[in-house]
Amino acid sequence: MTSSTQQAALDQEHDHGHHGPATGIKRWLFTTNHKDIGSLYLLFSLLMFLIGGGMAMVIRAELFQPGLQLVDPHFFNQMTTVHGLIMVFGAVMPAFTGLANWMVPMMIGAPDMALPRMNNWSFWILPFAFLILLASLFMEGGGPAFGWTFYAPLSTTYSNDNTALFVFAVHIMGVSSIMGAINVIVTIVNMRAPGMTWMKLPLFVWTWLITAFLLIAVMPVLAGAVTMVLTDKYFGTSFFDAAGGGDPVMFQHIFWFFGHPEVYIMILPAFGVISTIVPTFSRKKLFGYASMVYATSSIALLSFIVWAHHMFTTGMPLAGELFFMYATMLISVPTGVKVFNWVATMWRGSISFEVPMLFAIAFIVLFTLGGFSGLMLAITPADFQYHDTYFVVAHFHYVLVTGAVFSIMAAAYYWLPKWTGYMYSETLAKWHFWLSLISVNILFFPMHFVGLAGMPRRIPDYALQFADFNALISIGGFAFGLSQLLFVAVVFKCIAGGQRAPAKVWDGAEGLEWEVASPAPYHTFSTPPEVK
Amino acid sequence: MHTPLLRKLVLLVLGMFAFAFALVPLYDVFCDITGLNGKVELTAAEASEEQDLARLVDVSFTTHTQGQAPFKVKAATYQVTVTPGTLTEVNFTAENLSGEARIMQAIPSVSPGMAAKYLHKLACFCFDQQSMQARQKMSFTLRFYVDTELPNDIAELTLAYTLYDITDRNAAAYDALLNPAKHSRHSAAGKDYAQSIQAAVYQQIRGISHG
Ligand code: HEM
Ligand SMILES: [Cu+2]
Repeated sequence: MTSSTQQAALDQEHDHGHHGPATGIKRWLFTTNHKDIGSLYLLFSLLMFLIGGGMAMVIRAELFQPGLQLVDPHFFNQMTTVHGLIMVFGAVMPAFTGLANWMVPMMIGAPDMALPRMNNWSFWILPFAFLILLASLFMEGGGPAFGWTFYAPLSTTYSNDNTALFVFAVHIMGVSSIMGAINVIVTIVNMRAPGMTWMKLPLFVWTWLITAFLLIAVMPVLAGAVTMVLTDKYFGTSFFDAAGGGDPVMFQHIFWFFGHPEVYIMILPAFGVISTIVPTFSRKKLFGYASMVYATSSIALLSFIVWAHHMFTTGMPLAGELFFMYATMLISVPTGVKVFNWVATMWRGSISFEVPMLFAIAFIVLFTLGGFSGLMLAITPADFQYHDTYFVVAHFHYVLVTGAVFSIMAAAYYWLPKWTGYMYSETLAKWHFWLSLISVNILFFPMHFVGLAGMPRRIPDYALQFADFNALISIGGFAFGLSQLLFVAVVFKCIAGGQRAPAKVWDGAEGLEWEVASPAPYHTFSTPPEVK
Repeated sequence: MHTPLLRKLVLLVLGMFAFAFALVPLYDVFCDITGLNGKVELTAAEASEEQDLARLVDVSFTTHTQGQAPFKVKAATYQVTVTPGTLTEVNFTAENLSGEARIMQAIPSVSPGMAAKYLHKLACFCFDQQSMQARQKMSFTLRFYVDTELPNDIAELTLAYTLYDITDRNAAAYDALLNPAKHSRHSAAGKDYAQSIQAAVYQQIRGISHG
């Protein structure tokens, strides 16, 4: 933001008695402004994405060749664990919270989030959570090494004393995202501009509303699970210890009762982003708005009754296996509705391929591919072979990297000019897209093959017959990692300056956020807009 | 203007946190009713009134130790063939392999899991903690029968014992967990906060599932 545009924005707003941002570090520490907090979340998430990505590079370097060469197995386990935790709780979730902070108030014509002080807290406790988690890596005994799923007894009987730090960090992350979710719900329910009825809400707002309810429903369950791990480990309880009458399988039930809705927490806002971008660059209204809302709600509801598809091999009775198999497959119906609607929106549209649209189209194709491997995993007898192999790793990286992460990049490229007031370098952004697209497939597609052939996940060494594919996967991994530096370059160049962006950056775009200037003034919609 | 909604949402959060802990007794009750997780009753059963002499069921026994537990327990016969309803006795020899006194707790489990609630034990060393002197050898008798209601598709089942060394734990609180009937509601909970929570949870489980 340059001072002149900011001043212009301020002049506009002065009659409402508002003040501009404070200066220096205090602006960021004490800010209650949704745009500042949105930027903080997004930048934090980018930093975590790079740190978590660095850990992935360590993993791929070790797996480049069979045998143990670079790191010892215990450190390898810490890398897979902390990579997963950071990407889920540090990169994807805060990125979506950042987008919600920036966009939800603007999209519904509200001046800010409903609870601005709580908003400041929910961001500022987050860096401490990750500081604690990362610091544990450097302590004696190392950080958590039991997988991001922290199955008992790995996290209880067999973990080291630093596990308390892991538990504490997860508690803070949980509190942060619960506060964020409460804020989103209160904002959407109470602060819509007059005339913004439920069925006029932009889909990004709808998907975030539903996501926020999922967060409130399951983050406390995660908090409960880590608390039980804590007391089992340090205070002599035996929730998960058979010697005291507990049951380690129960850990998995509690964890996945949180875990499966959690994966939808990471993808529903992505659906919202894609449903915003595809109509803009197809120059058509979104096909099937109402069905999108209902499909999102049914996905959210169904996500509570499928958790044991992560546990097919734990010795469930046949009736249980069948129930969870069919319930899981049922989710692909509303998911299919969404994919159909996106494609139908593009059908006969006058499509142009700007960078946000490129990422959106890649999302639709590759996320669907991840859904298909999910369906394969949902077939109980097949899952007995696929479970805990690289096939599962391939599945969830397709839905999470080419799904959630691609949607976040699409969103960044879509709204960056609105945030900074400058157009980014489209050439550089296109390079970023194509390099990412090619490398991400070299990285994750062969994982299907080695997985089907039986290569187990979370192991630092592997049988010789997997060597060629793993070398290829690692090369794809390094290329994907390096390509993301281009993204960093595009973003920071765009913050620094460039060609001025108009208020309505994309000619096909619709929504209240395009009615305010670019960059969006520090305070928007102090008087509610008229929604027709 | 936001307070009413805020209050509801906070209640929802607290409710879901409580729900996570409520899942613990719910899980056990569910498994108890359905017999899903192969957990076996840790209390003595009554002898059977009926017998089904036309059916034969193979019952095998295995034991394994958890972690470094210094015990060895072996059944005198690896497998017995029984008719449902008939009381059967099997002898076990146990040994403390270490040079110091230890307390052993055996936790039984039946597979297939569905068979768990059809295997009834009248006497079992797993009902109690077993204090064993250094290098002491003991022998135990398991008295059990297989229910006549055992589903027809199950012709063989395995009773597996996992042996735990629980010497270092608070023995009294442990006993309260495993034999709540012998203790009043609060006696064994002691001052240890966490253990008292857990004892309460377990007493609740037992209370619900055994009337
Ligand atoms: C059609 C939709 C989907 C189906 C049918 C499906 C099915 C499954 C199944 C059966 C597994 C367990 C595999 C195993 O461990 O053996 C699994 C794992 C996983 N899925 Fe999906 N899935 C779907 C969509 C998604 C989405 C949208 C996400 C996230 C955005 C996701 C994230 C994950 C993750 C992270 C795991 C692995 C968890 C772990 O063990 O670490 N899935 N999926
Ligand atoms: Cu799942």
